[in-house]
Amino acid sequence: MPNQINIIPEKCIGCGLCFKDCLFGAISMAERLEHPNKFKLAIIDLNKCTFCGACVQACKKFNAVHLIKEASIHLDKDISHYKGVWVYAEQRHGEVSSVVFELLSKGRELADKLQVPLSAILIGYKIENKAPELIAYGADKVFVFDDPILFEFQDDPYSDVLAHFIEQKKPEIVLMGATNIGRSFASRVAADIYTGLTADCTALDIDPQTRNLQQTRPAFGGNIMATILCPRFRPQMATVRHKVFKPLTPDSNRRGEIIKETIDASKIINRTKFVNYIKDLSAKINISDADVICSGGRGLGKPEGFKLIEELAECLGGAVGASRAAVDAEWIPYSHQVGQTGRTVGPKIYIACGISGQIQHLVGMSSSDTIIAINKDASAPIMKVANYAIEGDLYEIIPQIIKEVKKLRGLN
Amino acid sequence: MHFIVCIKQVPNTTNVQLDPTTNTLKREGVESIINPFDEYAIEEAVRLKERTGGKTTVITMGPPQAENILREALARGIDNAILVSDRAFAGADTWATAYTLATAIKKIGDYSLILTGKQATDGDTAQVGPGVAEMLDIPHVAYVRKIEEITTNTIRVERMMEDGYDIIEMPLPSLISVVKEINKPRLPSLKGMMASKKAIITKWTAQDIGADTSKIGLTGSPTQVMKVFTPVARGGGEKLEGSPEEIAQKLIGKLKGLI
Repeated sequence: MPNQINIIPEKCIGCGLCFKDCLFGAISMAERLEHPNKFKLAIIDLNKCTFCGACVQACKKFNAVHLIKEASIHLDKDISHYKGVWVYAEQRHGEVSSVVFELLSKGRELADKLQVPLSAILIGYKIENKAPELIAYGADKVFVFDDPILFEFQDDPYSDVLAHFIEQKKPEIVLMGATNIGRSFASRVAADIYTGLTADCTALDIDPQTRNLQQTRPAFGGNIMATILCPRFRPQMATVRHKVFKPLTPDSNRRGEIIKETIDASKIINRTKFVNYIKDLSAKINISDADVICSGGRGLGKPEGFKLIEELAECLGGAVGASRAAVDAEWIPYSHQVGQTGRTVGPKIYIACGISGQIQHLVGMSSSDTIIAINKDASAPIMKVANYAIEGDLYEIIPQIIKEVKKLRGLN
Repeated sequence: MHFIVCIKQVPNTTNVQLDPTTNTLKREGVESIINPFDEYAIEEAVRLKERTGGKTTVITMGPPQAENILREALARGIDNAILVSDRAFAGADTWATAYTLATAIKKIGDYSLILTGKQATDGDTAQVGPGVAEMLDIPHVAYVRKIEEITTNTIRVERMMEDGYDIIEMPLPSLISVVKEINKPRLPSLKGMMASKKAIITKWTAQDIGADTSKIGLTGSPTQVMKVFTPVARGGGEKLEGSPEEIAQKLIGKLKGLI
């Protein structure tokens, strides 16, 4: 067996801390009548254990969990040739996604720590004019792939182009937006070139000694955080959601190099066919990258309640979200759903109106900077996570908020 | 036509409550369930079979107990079930999981379409589906909200995007990952539940599927967990009280710098 985990019976006092912290239900507490103090003994079910190490952390005081990860011993690839930090400059319909500017800011910091250049990879058709903007936001180099075959995003040609370019240039880090596009084709690229990919990172840092990228991400809907390494493979690939990092102030005087790459379209894998794009007219503002989100739930009582939510969102320049209950009642389309089976969002301001705050909803929005809850029930779970909890009738309170916002805007 | 659904056993977090004092999950006695997104993939496969004829197979990589979710998939109308289970698979990240599933699917051989849920609720990565497609060298579309048309050799689907949806066509065999909007899963029928109890589940080990042992489990995983910790809980907030007008004024006072 490549990895081993054991409980040292002499050290285990049966406190159950490891049992509590095991997310995989792999630990049980067995009676130990022969023990002088009748202490229980933790038992690890190896069929369930994923060797995540949470129990080791939980047992720091007693050190009764012994974990050996043998996989970290040998190196598979010669990784010393891999140099440089890349940001995939995602564009859709010719517009660079805002997450790219956020990634360039973080990428700049990582590249400076590693003392390597920061490059942006721009893939599409008739998008070359977007390259100078990427330099203004922090890139040293922009590699541009501009070809009709890359007109609309399709996984096949985009992953083929990026995977080949990675193998040719050998960067040590590749950052991508955790968007529908990024998450879909980053997975193909990582599978193809055999390297690690960490989804939805919320923090990235460099270990200066090993040059390893420390990638921290939420799991179980944000209930635990895990720091992930990719020590044996390169590049280290990570996706990052919108709004996790702040973009640099663009500087149009920054110097950088724009390099046009050519592709042989006849050699690109392209099995899918893009037929059409249908715009979602119900969403005036994209909920994934909105600064303000106003969400409605069952507490609205009726579908018309969303008119008031829309009005509130509009005066704040925000997007409209919803709880699963409101979507299941067909008051609003699924594309607005926030939570475990919908979208995960992290705006500056999240206003939950008539949403009780079931755990599935909370995991989708709890990383918001400021949460405001308006609810009739003061004991609703949402009221406990809210920075500002308002107990009352949303139909009385929201119109007053709209009035005050308009007043404020008028004064400004 | 042959439709294969990849599913995953995940801890059931839906009945889990937040500990009011620490704001963390109460994890005691968490049961295992089918990843909620995979229920839509199962339902869609059953519907496709109803539309085009053929057969359906469900496959999972997991511990022996994952047999339970396979039986549930059978109760929901799937024809065959395969459990890919071996101690050597433990600790697999998304790369090693995709490799294992792809290797097992190669052993199945003939298939038209592979379906997965858009992501699993424990890891939330959405990486395994596209990874399986790459390793099988077939095209894929992720975030599928509707299958518009399927013929013996092509499929046309709607891909949910942040700003609307795309319509994509691709040849079969291929892979789709589906979102909740695609259907409303039926509950297992009583007859299905009875039959699923007696059904024979195919069990494959690493050796059975001919997996390269250097590419499975923790050994084959490029990523490693360095540490796991509980995030700092959100502190208790402030209650805003008064008449609706006063509340609104207080709130705007608080938000002044932000809006």
